[in-house]
Amino acid sequence: MKKFYGVEIESPLMLGTAQYPSPSILISCFKKSKASVATVSLRRESSASDSGNNFWSIIKELNVRILPNTAGCHTVKEAVTTAHMAREIFNTKWIKLEVIGEEDTLQPDVFGLVEASKILSDDGFEVFPYTTEDLVVADKLLNAGCKVLMPWGSPIGSGQGLNNIFGLKALRSHFPDIPMVIDAGIGLPSHATRAMELGFDAILLNTAIAKAGDPVTMAEAFSYAILSGSLGKEADPMEPRDMAVPSTPIFGKAFLDD
Amino acid sequence: MNIIVNGENKNVSNDNMKEAMNELGFKELKCATALNGNFISVDDREFTTLKEGDKIEVLSPQQGG
Repeated sequence: MKKFYGVEIESPLMLGTAQYPSPSILISCFKKSKASVATVSLRRESSASDSGNNFWSIIKELNVRILPNTAGCHTVKEAVTTAHMAREIFNTKWIKLEVIGEEDTLQPDVFGLVEASKILSDDGFEVFPYTTEDLVVADKLLNAGCKVLMPWGSPIGSGQGLNNIFGLKALRSHFPDIPMVIDAGIGLPSHATRAMELGFDAILLNTAIAKAGDPVTMAEAFSYAILSGSLGKEADPMEPRDMAVPSTPIFGKAFLDD
Repeated sequence: MNIIVNGENKNVSNDNMKEAMNELGFKELKCATALNGNFISVDDREFTTLKEGDKIEVLSPQQGG
């Protein structure tokens, strides 16, 4: 498995921590999915509630690597300030950088993303940029200092799977040595299998598990799906053919016509 | 002095950011701060002077995807 900023993660699943029915189900989902990275966020704290510390004590017990995000940031300044706050709180250089450009699709503002990636990379952050499958943007992100790319499968929380297979395949083959995580839009285990079969290195998802009718069973399904896709890619699949080719040998077949 | 903390009006007697945070009840909490949109580290709070109308954001770990 490729390394993410020098770190070899134990399993290629990065799992979000939002929207679970309860903290105990969140914990069970992490165990069943075998996720090795947890994405977390920062939100306003009330001195009375101390909800942040309560949540953080749960996450620490998961014993997984932490990937803070800048979710909800719409400007470079917001994202950069949030990243600095996250680095202090979570004590990690990793940051899942989101600069949202459009509300309906939560599509990244790729211009702001490149600018923020440059600022943060120069400041010692290890940036995981939430981007599209656009090759030119990918090249600019790498030039800005990113050593990982996180192209979307489809819009955040949509569950649509991989909307642009051609674009994702092109991205994968254009930058074969760059670790890439499919982030956002995964709705079914089969979507994750497909992404791994295409040669992506990890999957980041949240809603597909958290909002399933049975989140814990879905978490287990994703662990098998990702393993299946990963092994399938590693096993060097056959090339698809346009015409049928019999798999049963013709030699020795009986002649039974009159 | 009136300042805005996480979007709410607050009155504090200290103009030192660290002291004001303590006064507001954040002393024991794991939280990060920004003043008027700029990150202020834990170590820098004691060297930061607040003025009337300043906006402080106090953030803590929360669920994220």
